[in-house]
Amino acid sequence: MNWLKTIAVMTLVVGLGGGVAVGKDAKKIVVDGSTTVGPIAKAFAEYYMGKNPNVNITVSESGSGNGAKSLINATCDVATMSRPMKNSEIKAAQDAGVLPIEHIVAMDGIVLVVHPSNPVANLTIEQIRDVFTGRIKTWKKLGGPDQPIVKISRDTNSGTYEAFETLVMNREKMSDKVEYVGSNGAIRQRVMSTEGAIGYVGLAFTEGVKMLKANDIEATPETVTDQTYPIARPLYMYTNGRPKQGTPLSGFVGLAATPEGKKIVEATGFVPLK
Amino acid sequence: MAVKAEAIGDDRRAVPSLLLSQRARRRQRIAAGLGSGVLLAVTSLSLFAVLFIFYFIARDALPFFKLEGVREFFASTRWYPSAEKPEFGALAMFVGSGLVTLGAIVVAVPLGISAAVCLSDVIPFSLRQWVKPVIEVLAAIPSVAYGFFALVVFAPLLQQRGGQLLAATVWIVGLPVAALGIIVLSDIATDRLDDNRRSAARWAIMAFLGVGALAGLVFASKALGALHIASGTNALNVSIILGIMALPTVVSVSEDALQAVGRELREGSYALGATRAETIVKTVLPAASSGILAAIILGIMRAIGETMVVWMASGNAAQIPHPILNFLEPVRTLTATIAGDMGEADQVTGSARYHVLFAMALCLLAFSFLCNFFSEWIIRRARKKVGG
Repeated sequence: MNWLKTIAVMTLVVGLGGGVAVGKDAKKIVVDGSTTVGPIAKAFAEYYMGKNPNVNITVSESGSGNGAKSLINATCDVATMSRPMKNSEIKAAQDAGVLPIEHIVAMDGIVLVVHPSNPVANLTIEQIRDVFTGRIKTWKKLGGPDQPIVKISRDTNSGTYEAFETLVMNREKMSDKVEYVGSNGAIRQRVMSTEGAIGYVGLAFTEGVKMLKANDIEATPETVTDQTYPIARPLYMYTNGRPKQGTPLSGFVGLAATPEGKKIVEATGFVPLK
Repeated sequence: MAVKAEAIGDDRRAVPSLLLSQRARRRQRIAAGLGSGVLLAVTSLSLFAVLFIFYFIARDALPFFKLEGVREFFASTRWYPSAEKPEFGALAMFVGSGLVTLGAIVVAVPLGISAAVCLSDVIPFSLRQWVKPVIEVLAAIPSVAYGFFALVVFAPLLQQRGGQLLAATVWIVGLPVAALGIIVLSDIATDRLDDNRRSAARWAIMAFLGVGALAGLVFASKALGALHIASGTNALNVSIILGIMALPTVVSVSEDALQAVGRELREGSYALGATRAETIVKTVLPAASSGILAAIILGIMRAIGETMVVWMASGNAAQIPHPILNFLEPVRTLTATIAGDMGEADQVTGSARYHVLFAMALCLLAFSFLCNFFSEWIIRRARKKVGG
């Protein structure tokens, strides 16, 4: 029976250890949400933990909708989102006793990307919409080679999709030929390897693919910040109530307004706040 | 004295081992009852798990049909769950799941059964002991690794060299199959002729069929070679990968079925003068047919339930390909839709968008139950037939 005792003692010790870890909850920040805002949150977390070694920050990326859900269910402290919270989500949060407070951490432009060999350089918003509704089917009509357009979209679960739907699609429905993938990186990967492809990604995911101008305006940090670029949007972090001054949570969320935070945002490929 | 003591000692040792005291017997009965009770509980745990899964999925699926009705779900192909006026037509997903499963079966069944025959009846037993575990390693590769391969390696390859690959496949598969078929056919056709004319007739038939088959192969490979695949994440890509994933199941289960066909049947067949090919085709395969069918059904279930690979590499376009067997079009399956739409499907507000995923899960569950019952039924029927 000796081993049984050992197991019992070990279980007790592990349980107690867990209890202690949970007890230190104040120094632990759980971040969940958008895959677009994920890199910023991760870089913020790394920087903040480097300065404050007693704070533990975990960042997961499960999509803006999941982030909101986690905040409502109180399974995370910060929800990162690439779109503002919907009225239905705010209502669900209030019903659950959660008061979501919005913090804008950076600006992001959604860039239309194509294969590097594609000669097309500019599309109007109407053309982009026509491509994704299926009214324009080949690149020839847009001044490109005579081959079918392979349209690639983010899944309907992503904030990028909803931003695209709002900013470009004007609530028109996408063609049933549109392919869906699960992340910005996957769009980049598919567009990089597919000659006829067109996709849309955040400004940070354009390495190896060709960026298109929209309405003759190039997506640059400047045009995105002043929103002359037509497909630009703010990126958010949501907390439950306004974080108290001096707490790690307030420090973490407030990083975006500090000079270091702006440098971090720039390094991750997004556009910092002014 | 010493002898007597020994005799008594013997007595004492012998009695308790044969006859239990009242108390010991009761204790033993309790222990036995407890043991079988625990085993029963453990067994019924898995039974209850199945019932619970069914219950909870049905509980969240039925509100969807109450909210949106049955007709749109099964009859429409318009899938816009996030629109302001959402539409939940899942027909394209049913077709997509069916297509990739069909494709996987076309890949896995001929390959798998041939490999099983080879393992059980062709190569030496010592070699088989080496090869079978290696094939079974295929089943141990995580599906996300298959999906990554399909997305990053196979899809671009299909886009760049899809036509040539298909043409090459036609030659690699078609040439040996055609050669074998021609030899067998010409043999059968000239079976009744006498020896003098036989050889000449056989050559004539073989030449005739050979030219025809070659022409067919050249035509097919030309037609396929000219194809340009616009998007490599399509039903074909996923079918091939799913076929490879279902392969170890098909090989392993049908090889077991072939092994289970006794030595007596094989030797009886040889004793009647049958060749090895005749023995395999006319004796061993029919005798093992129920096991092979079970293997195929298991393969189907493996393919239809797979999620990660289809989510990564099928393209996820909610459309019915045109024509319907056009495997070069992207498709969307039920499993991938459940995985992909889960995040935004709001459990808090309990919308139709959330319940529709459970409706899909319920359909998948019902299908796999049907498959299971069907395979059970086949095996039972086959047992009756063999048992006489």
